[in-house]
Amino acid sequence: MTQIPTNAALLRQILVAFIRNEVRKTGLARVVVGLSGGVDSALSAMLAAEALGRENVLAVLMPYKSSNPDSQAHAELVVQKSGIESMVVSITPQVDGYFERYPDADARRRGNKMARERMTILYDQSMRWNALVLGTSNKTELLLGYGTLHGDMASAINPLGDLYKTQVWALSEAIGVPEVIVKKEPSADLWSGQTDEGELGFTYREVDKLLYLMVDQRYTKAELSAAGFPESFIDNIAARIMNSQFKRRLPVIAKVSQRTIDRDFRYSRDWGK
Amino acid sequence: MSIRISIAQVNPRLGDLQANLAIYEERIGQAAADKAQLLLFPELSLTGYMLRDTVPAVALKLDAPEIKQLMALSRQVAFVAGLVEESADHKFFNSAVYFEDGEIRHVHRKVYLPTYGMFDEQRYFARGDRVRAFDSKFGRLALLICEDLWHPSTIYLAALDGALAVLCPSASPLRGIVDQQSQDDNARYWELINRANAETYSVFMIYGNRCGFEDGVGFWGGSEIVDPFGARLVKARYYDEDFIAAEVSFEAVRRKRTMSPLLRDEDLDLTINELMRIRERPGAGIVRGRKTAKKK
Repeated sequence: MTQIPTNAALLRQILVAFIRNEVRKTGLARVVVGLSGGVDSALSAMLAAEALGRENVLAVLMPYKSSNPDSQAHAELVVQKSGIESMVVSITPQVDGYFERYPDADARRRGNKMARERMTILYDQSMRWNALVLGTSNKTELLLGYGTLHGDMASAINPLGDLYKTQVWALSEAIGVPEVIVKKEPSADLWSGQTDEGELGFTYREVDKLLYLMVDQRYTKAELSAAGFPESFIDNIAARIMNSQFKRRLPVIAKVSQRTIDRDFRYSRDWGK
Repeated sequence: MSIRISIAQVNPRLGDLQANLAIYEERIGQAAADKAQLLLFPELSLTGYMLRDTVPAVALKLDAPEIKQLMALSRQVAFVAGLVEESADHKFFNSAVYFEDGEIRHVHRKVYLPTYGMFDEQRYFARGDRVRAFDSKFGRLALLICEDLWHPSTIYLAALDGALAVLCPSASPLRGIVDQQSQDDNARYWELINRANAETYSVFMIYGNRCGFEDGVGFWGGSEIVDPFGARLVKARYYDEDFIAAEVSFEAVRRKRTMSPLLRDEDLDLTINELMRIRERPGAGIVRGRKTAKKK
């Protein structure tokens, strides 16, 4: 049990059932998904097409003027292959309109803003189309906090949130995400030449092995060391998980009453459904 | 004696008694039409599983109108319901209730309420304090709810108390993906213990699990009936709604117990004596319940 399992047939069966159940119990039949050209959103969209029917999945392509042209081309490949609905909404006017006032904003601010503009478009389109927003964040990036809060991390339901990137790749290959997308280097494409692994300083396959033992199998630090992971790597990842905990929780609410939301007012999200 | 037993593998609506009563009514009708004599519903299938703070809102006292409705339905076919039971002193129990010919014949309150990992049952429910077999018109049966069966003492008691079949309403969440294994790891473990329990205690295991998702947690379905020889008589689909039935002949219990009379040879006094000793062992961290089990 020290290897990340990639049982694609079973994952596919479960995730398709998940999407179908969780969407339909809300009384809706459709989802919108931001299609970036990367493997995560491609997989989410294709699973949704299988669960709900291709006519019930709307892919929104949201390029910025500096986006790598391959990104949109790859997103279009997914649209063609799966036959889902699609539309293109450039985020350039709304992003540039804002940063005209703050020309000295750095790449990180601009990147976060882009992610959040895309979120507002997805939520608006979801209302227009009577649909839920389908998430695309995987477990690796959620644990590392490698995503924009209220940006790409925002969704109504997320089929990939318990899958490591390694599992996303394996499942994507199995369900026929175009090979060029599965094989390419992951990038948020927020600025030119950005790659996830370059920015993080380690590869997904490396960190997934560590996360799987640390999180899923509850290895202690001593056990992780004995398994061959350098101490600095273990410490770095443990700190990343701890420091990004806020991204995985609701905002902190000051408790003053007897019953405070999410503390002693506890209901499931699917309450009544 | 041979009876036809059905299992309704349903997907209840979370916290919506009326919607789930409608599901019960439909499935009871289906069982009756199928000439079933006994029907098993999953754990908390009248209410949904991840109830949290809705527990008091869906709890039923045994004289509630909804219970009367269920009693009336049991004139069509005997059945086991999974619901939240409220006692007179306002404790809430995760209960399985056996209805037969318009009456309640047995109530089992879940003893082992999982409160670890993804589970939070003891936060919301009071713990049952007894395990009893009971006489139905079909023969002696026992009810054990889901996690109860992960504690070997419960089925041991049920078997020694004379149960020929153990009915287990379950709300078992799928979790644990393993390579080269066609179902999740929880399903694998349940199937292992259902078969082992059936063979070890020479009983029929009637296991009714639910399906559907609540807050992203899926329930794996896969309800089944296993005979005392460990043979699976019928199996429901995984991860999806289903309705299954099998002819269960209690003669099989007799045959199995004739061939391997393990229960006959079970030394109850030895077990009791050793348990009394272990109970007093200092530092053993023994969980002690209440000493209530005298009456009835």
